[in-house]
Amino acid sequence: MNRQFRFAVGIAIILSAIAYFAVAGYNEGKAYYRTIDEVAAMDPADGRRLRVAGIVQEGSIERDGQKLVFTLTQDPKHTMTVRYTGSQPVPDTFKDRAEAIVEGRRGADGSFEADHIQAKCASKYEAQYGANAQHPTQLKLGGAGAAAANGAADSARAGY
Amino acid sequence: MADFGNISLALALTFCVYALFSLFFGAKTGRRELVKSGEHAVYAVFGFVTLAVLALEVLIMRSDFSIEYVAGYSNRDLPFFYKFASLWGGQKGSLLFWSWILTMYGALVALRNRQHAGKLVPYTLGVLSLTAAFFLIVNKFGANPFERLVVDHGDGARHAFAPQDGNGLNPLLQHPAMVIHPPMLYLGYVGFVVPFAFCMAALLTRELGAGWIKLARRWTLFAWLFLGAGVLLGGRWAYVELGWGGYWAWDPVENASLMPWLTGTAFLHSVIVQERKNMLKVWNVVLILATYMLAIFGTFLTRSGIVSSVHAFAQSSIGTFFATFLVLMGAFAIYLVVTRLEFLKSDNQLDSYASREASFLFNNLVLLAACFAVFWGTLFPVFSELIQGEQVTVGAPFFNKINVPIALFLLFLTGVGPLLAWRKTSFESMKRIFLWPTIGGLVTATACVAFGVRSIYPVMSFSLAVFVIVTLLSEFGRAARARRRNTGENLVSALVGITSTNKRRYGGYIVHFGFVLLMLGFTGRAFTTEGWGEANVGEKFAIGHYDFECLAIEDVSDPNFSGMRATLAVSKGGKKIAELSPEKRFYQASQQTTSEVRMHHALLEDVYVVFSDTKEDTGRAVMQVWVNPLVQWVWLGGFVMVLGTLVTLLPNRKDRAVTRQKRAIEQLLRETDKATVGR
Repeated sequence: MNRQFRFAVGIAIILSAIAYFAVAGYNEGKAYYRTIDEVAAMDPADGRRLRVAGIVQEGSIERDGQKLVFTLTQDPKHTMTVRYTGSQPVPDTFKDRAEAIVEGRRGADGSFEADHIQAKCASKYEAQYGANAQHPTQLKLGGAGAAAANGAADSARAGY
Repeated sequence: MADFGNISLALALTFCVYALFSLFFGAKTGRRELVKSGEHAVYAVFGFVTLAVLALEVLIMRSDFSIEYVAGYSNRDLPFFYKFASLWGGQKGSLLFWSWILTMYGALVALRNRQHAGKLVPYTLGVLSLTAAFFLIVNKFGANPFERLVVDHGDGARHAFAPQDGNGLNPLLQHPAMVIHPPMLYLGYVGFVVPFAFCMAALLTRELGAGWIKLARRWTLFAWLFLGAGVLLGGRWAYVELGWGGYWAWDPVENASLMPWLTGTAFLHSVIVQERKNMLKVWNVVLILATYMLAIFGTFLTRSGIVSSVHAFAQSSIGTFFATFLVLMGAFAIYLVVTRLEFLKSDNQLDSYASREASFLFNNLVLLAACFAVFWGTLFPVFSELIQGEQVTVGAPFFNKINVPIALFLLFLTGVGPLLAWRKTSFESMKRIFLWPTIGGLVTATACVAFGVRSIYPVMSFSLAVFVIVTLLSEFGRAARARRRNTGENLVSALVGITSTNKRRYGGYIVHFGFVLLMLGFTGRAFTTEGWGEANVGEKFAIGHYDFECLAIEDVSDPNFSGMRATLAVSKGGKKIAELSPEKRFYQASQQTTSEVRMHHALLEDVYVVFSDTKEDTGRAVMQVWVNPLVQWVWLGGFVMVLGTLVTLLPNRKDRAVTRQKRAIEQLLRETDKATVGR
């Protein structure tokens, strides 16, 4: 009993240390998913880290050296200007009409200061034939990401 | 050819179901001929899936774009090598490839254990066939790669359609590492199905002695080897191809491949405790089940789209197939464990912290904690949406914060664990064993601080690395000295000698050494310097202690792409060390821009250059540069780990002698049998 108790104490110490790191890491790294219309409606004083998905508006990408400004769209009505200031280069998949996820904070003027960009491009045929839905039973768990994926398919289809 | 593929798949599925029933019923009722027939069916399934794979390859090679998969992932100009690889370039093909490896493993298990009497092997093959049946159902009905391309012209009817050219393989995937990375990863993922099958068979037959665990361990080691190599190759590909200066981003798909590796590593350690001390039996069963579930879950995560990932697999209906299968198999496995608990009792207890058992216990504890943290972090968006109603992601800081201390603790255990005695190590022997390693570690720590390293984790990492290396050297040294006293060999042949007489132990040490190198490589990340530079031809800029001179900026073109190239002379301390020409390319077929990273490798640090853009007003080329210390050690460490695992997998000379003896006895028995029958 005593021996087992001693091991239980050791295990408890290790697990609580890990739990401590988990909480600290969570507070440092958490980001809330928001849609573009939600970001627009947000309190400017809210400094939370956000993650926003959308489609890169065609022709909106302005690059100058390491600076990058573009417009992210949710639908024709809701768009958002994104200023990218991250140290990582923009992924190669980032281009007009790509589905992109930006991470960062909302600036005071309503634009978005991103320090992280992920981009994914829907491939031609998938976009074209995804619409004709061979598989109507899609798993509806994706939330914002999935909505963006569908959006990507939509806008890509519009192009063909 | 598509019909041929479909028919092959259908036949494979039929035979697979037949194998499933004949193996289970044959073994249960003791009908040997039924079991034999089931084994033959296992070979047949492999044969038919092979035909299906060949059919898809032929379709790809012929550029038959009436097939949706071929149109989606290949094109006419694609080089042969990459055409071949488009088999696993997309979801449907890679799932077929999954099935092919799985049925190949099934055939291998049948072949290798065909002499094995008893119920264990038929049940194992039965469980393998069950998993194979699931994947074949997915191949046939959920994600059929032989499906034809159809269009709806708006009249509601579907018309067959074959485009002039295919979509092509994503240019980012056109890299040699990408040709071997997925197969490696799959060999690993799928490999974990085999120990699971042995485990389930042992539970079903209640033959929970030493037999199954030995077979399970070997197969786990095999799968673990491929999975680890696959994960590292993926990192290597990301590093040289993606152009963001790193090799690991805690992306969900990367995490998915790490999780079974972590539980597999835990099992490979705790199984030793079971073999030596007859302890942790339930635990080992749980680890095997968890590894299997995580391997399948990884495939599911990659394809279901439940968490967004940079990996391009789109979400699809097969997520539902996988979720159902996972839940059913999980419930079945838990039921089996609970009903067989009495057969899994431990014979021993833990005695002391300073024992090898205890070090294994803590090894398992933190490996599992790491796996749990990765699991939780990866699925956090899903969980938070279920609980709080909003999606919250945890980024790299979360994963690093937890896993860096865990990795350091593991590094410490790597040095301590193998040297501790079973049950209890006396203080005297601890002093003897750990004196020099501790001195080595402390000297390193002092040196680090003296050279200006102030952050705690790197100092710990370097010190622990030296600590472990000294323990490993002293282990090899002690054994080699003892051998030399007996044989009078030179040092090298003595080292080879001790390693080959106990491959498992010394192979394990080599793996540990590789892990140390890997950790050193990871530690290098803490010292990365990164910066931007702008230059026109003839101009210079400096980043870190490197100087860059722009020699040329020119257009490049190729039938496949067009782009720009900058040529830079890199020098350090006034001495030119390399000329790098990074490119920015635009691929017409896939309408995609790619950065062709160029780097200068050295053991101490890499110089990594990305052509970012050109300034419109000045025409200057904008470069992003990383100086990445110790990155090469990551690949080196991975290589050493693979090498060590291979040593461990080689049969020991003693085993071979035993096998020979066993064969001779069996031969004798057969002959006496015949003689008896003849009389």
